[in-house]
Amino acid sequence: MRYDAIVIGAGLSGLAAAARLAQFDKRVVLLERHEVWGGLNSFYTLRGRAYDVGLHALTNFVPKGTKRAPLTKILRQLRIPYEALRLGEQRFSEIVTPRARLRFTNDFEDLVGGVADEFGGAEADRLRRLGDEIRAFGVGQEDSYELSAREWLAGRLNQDLIDMLLVPILYYGSAREDDIDLHTFSVLFQSILLEGLSRPNGGVRTLLNLLVKKLKAEGAELRLKTGVQRIVADANGDVHGVVLDDGTELESARVLSSAGWVETQRMLGREVAPGEIGRLSFLESISSLDREPKELGIESATAFYSTRDRFRYREPESLVDVTSGVMSAPNNFIADKPLKEGRVRLTVLANYDRFRELAPADYALAKEQAADDAIAHATTLFPDWRPATTFRDAYSPTTVVRYTSRERGAIYGSPNKRFDGETGVRGLTLIGTDQGYLGVVGAMMSGISMANRHALVTS
Amino acid sequence: MTRDEVVLAVKDIIETIAPDEETANLTMDERLRDQIDLDSMDFLDIVMELRKLYGVQVPEEDYKELASLTGCVDYLHPLLAEKPLHCSYSSSSPSEQTIS
Repeated sequence: MRYDAIVIGAGLSGLAAAARLAQFDKRVVLLERHEVWGGLNSFYTLRGRAYDVGLHALTNFVPKGTKRAPLTKILRQLRIPYEALRLGEQRFSEIVTPRARLRFTNDFEDLVGGVADEFGGAEADRLRRLGDEIRAFGVGQEDSYELSAREWLAGRLNQDLIDMLLVPILYYGSAREDDIDLHTFSVLFQSILLEGLSRPNGGVRTLLNLLVKKLKAEGAELRLKTGVQRIVADANGDVHGVVLDDGTELESARVLSSAGWVETQRMLGREVAPGEIGRLSFLESISSLDREPKELGIESATAFYSTRDRFRYREPESLVDVTSGVMSAPNNFIADKPLKEGRVRLTVLANYDRFRELAPADYALAKEQAADDAIAHATTLFPDWRPATTFRDAYSPTTVVRYTSRERGAIYGSPNKRFDGETGVRGLTLIGTDQGYLGVVGAMMSGISMANRHALVTS
Repeated sequence: MTRDEVVLAVKDIIETIAPDEETANLTMDERLRDQIDLDSMDFLDIVMELRKLYGVQVPEEDYKELASLTGCVDYLHPLLAEKPLHCSYSSSSPSEQTIS
């Protein structure tokens, strides 16, 4: 079978790329190893309850009609009406460290005001100027990739405030330990703090349903439970297609891979340097509550916290590091239809090897214990939701590996990004996390822009 | 297609790509991107829609020819002269009403 393009992985970047190519009558097949689509932002049902994986919130919130913003750009490119996402904005979110509690909203001035209260007016002015500077950068400045955001920030803001800003930014997209490159920092600063957070009513399913409907309507072929065993390239370095797990060959001179840099290199039969492999993974628990979180006093849509004097964002020695994390309360986004039940999700850093080494008989208990520890620590900062909890599920780095095939469960991928999408093989392009766009909106932007550049533009 | 119809075809495509933009008042000689919100991704879309609707191939190095409506007509009319105008998506758009 010969295709104009083969897309590996039905995550958000793969779905967007395939939809975009099919929209212009390309014969495209989207291959997904697992039984559902979504990749790192997916969904499952357990005991009659619908759960989201990945997406807490959509970053990059802008109102309808906003010009040249990432969110409105991707919707335009995919011809999806803004209303179809059913976005509900956050009322506010929080950043909590031993130094201060800061609120932020989808209006950057609210954060600046909070900084004025906690750090003084001069520091607030410096933050406002930083916001202006990042707005002026635009988000395509790739030459800042080699620079450390921490170093860049050091001359601009108070160290305690830098630490506070880095909690949401690293948690929502850094594949590097304790730091982030300046390029990605500015992209995330813009998407989280200058633009802001919203949630599609209906969660990640709303977004995924739109994309899947779109790509089917355009005639793209979506094959689930169809893993790629290897990518076929010749001695000249040109791609020819893929071989599926069952041995079937699919031919195409265009392959877009969202599997990750490391995973894609492995499919080419190449060695990968250890430093290319991401080490950051997470444990997330999802608690079902018998009431709304706000009835317990949990009012923020998202809370990013660190209880250490200095925020530590690196692979922990033990199963989890409970001293920092993200608490997400989906009920606290404005919604056109209320959620079926109260939910609190808690995400903390976790060690893939420690989970993998557990004997199968010990795994479930150890995972629950780690989730218990994380919640116990978080509830020193936030109202305790345990007495209201009726059911809880949790997933670990090994769960991520099982359902996404992402090595070590490193959801933000390799610490080294490839902004041009190049893989060393002509016709084979990287899309998604390892191409350097992060988050749900970023993933779609990656799929679209790489599909545009490498499979639509003709010269 | 006449030269005027080429303008309609391009406007119709712009309305498909950017439903929020008003194309009725576009001037012929000013750059499109100075009049409405169109970026390079949108220009690619104009090219892709031209290919989809009319089978016209515009190589990347010629995208600059499409900067204004006059530029579009000058560049596209020779390629579209033999082709009938049809507006694919926006059956209710003002431009199609003008045509009928």
